[in-house]
Amino acid sequence: MLDGRAGPAPRMAMTILARMASVYGATELLDISGAHIDSSLYIGDAGLEYAERLAELGAQVRVPTTLNVSGVDESHWHEWAVPRAWAEKAHRQMVAYQSMGCTPTWTCAPYQTEWRPRFGQQIAWGESNAIAFANSVIGARTERYPDLLDICCAITGRAPAAGLHLTENRRATLLLRLADIPPALQAHDSFYPVLGHLMGKLAGERVPVLDGFCVGPTEDQLKALAAGGASSGAVALFHIAGITPEAATLDEALQHQAPAQVMEITLPHLRQARRELTTRAGAALDMVVLGSPHFSLAEFAALAPLLAGRTRHSDVRFLVTTSRMMSMLAQRAGHLDALRAFGGELTVDTCILTTPMLPPAIKRIMTNSAKYAYYSPGMLETDVTFGSLEDCVNSAVAGVVVRDETLWAG
Amino acid sequence: MGRVIRAQVVIPGQARGRLLVSREPLSFWGGYDYRTGTIIDQRHPLAGQVAAGRILALPHTRGSSTTTAVLLEAVAAGTAPAAILTTGVDSFFALAAIVADELYQAAFPLLSLTPEDFALLITDDPARIEGDLITLSSGEADV
Repeated sequence: MLDGRAGPAPRMAMTILARMASVYGATELLDISGAHIDSSLYIGDAGLEYAERLAELGAQVRVPTTLNVSGVDESHWHEWAVPRAWAEKAHRQMVAYQSMGCTPTWTCAPYQTEWRPRFGQQIAWGESNAIAFANSVIGARTERYPDLLDICCAITGRAPAAGLHLTENRRATLLLRLADIPPALQAHDSFYPVLGHLMGKLAGERVPVLDGFCVGPTEDQLKALAAGGASSGAVALFHIAGITPEAATLDEALQHQAPAQVMEITLPHLRQARRELTTRAGAALDMVVLGSPHFSLAEFAALAPLLAGRTRHSDVRFLVTTSRMMSMLAQRAGHLDALRAFGGELTVDTCILTTPMLPPAIKRIMTNSAKYAYYSPGMLETDVTFGSLEDCVNSAVAGVVVRDETLWAG
Repeated sequence: MGRVIRAQVVIPGQARGRLLVSREPLSFWGGYDYRTGTIIDQRHPLAGQVAAGRILALPHTRGSSTTTAVLLEAVAAGTAPAAILTTGVDSFFALAAIVADELYQAAFPLLSLTPEDFALLITDDPARIEGDLITLSSGEADV
């Protein structure tokens, strides 16, 4: 490929990949059997130029490849504050990546589609939350790939034989022990984004193993944990002793070695982490937003009964972000009727952080997502309140922030 | 004469500028406005600081995979740091430099320091990068 005999696009992709392999300290490349492309998100002209350059050179992916969120909801952008010029460029970037043979999944939760990878599969994924989920919850193997490199791996079908592709680098070196965390809190959805936020801050770039769970988390709880850890930190792989697939025991996660560091996670630590996800104390509210990572069918199913027979306060918008595929499934399952009757809205294929959709009047948001809570203040210049799913719905009805503190009181 | 540090070259190049230093990792997506070269992560100690043209020293990136794409936009817009110093080989920063080189022949130097040497870096001190050498001087002295 480097000599151009495979064509100009594989040459460009392999040139970049080979230079990156030496950055990773890899002496060889390995075959991958799937990719997930975060580069599909339009953020500016350079990324668009890169995509269109590859497309013009005739680039085609060699492995089944899914696409992350796009920079625009093609069907609904005109209902929001998205400038036309942005929508057009974001659309061009979508077209460029689709022309390379990528599947237009347009979701940051590709692990909840039919392209979900298998245990042990070597893949090259972008999107921080998806990387953490694929490695940790499924046991597939991807390095924490940045935008622009993910597509080079997909075009060449290769990745550097380094990092989390290799068993020895998947060993946990940081042991995080839950200390007297009440089972009722551990069983609750809002525990996981908070724990993820704290895990990311404590672990940084290291592989942590969590010990002391007395419950079996659901898939969406683990999704929230992964997204939190990949926002406040650079967590690309975590283990949970007795729960995640490479941690049948604590000893297995540690690969039979002593951890380099052991830390306790107490209820006061978690309370502090929960406080950090909220940037203000006031009760006024402009919007509730759910769905980062993209809302799953199970999350729609959990939301629907909370909305039934109720309507949002006229001053508070209520938005769920998901993929077009998941919204169709939710529609078929009957979960969207309650959302519409409540006065809720749906945005597909993108989210509030990746398309300039929110009007300037929206200054105070509430969410159950650690990722939305983490990034919104800097990217959207909004204040944010973190709460549970129930808190979010109750606040949308009341028109002001209401939070149930019972579980966190200890 | 200032203190001279020898570092591991990840992306070679030359640069000079004043240091902007933090011990906290940063995600450029949601953390760096490429239109202005300003750090916008409200939870980061450097929030509000302009990093364009500075020698930016951070231990490593965190968070989003889109950090690389934001930094590439900054290179294209002329709002990138003059150079970046880290405490380990950061692949996100390296890739932005490599793609900037492929697209625009405009890479920025990226060097990895030991934690001990990284601790010597002080915001606003002038620094000069040549090859694997970083020359530091304190206060207003030019380098």
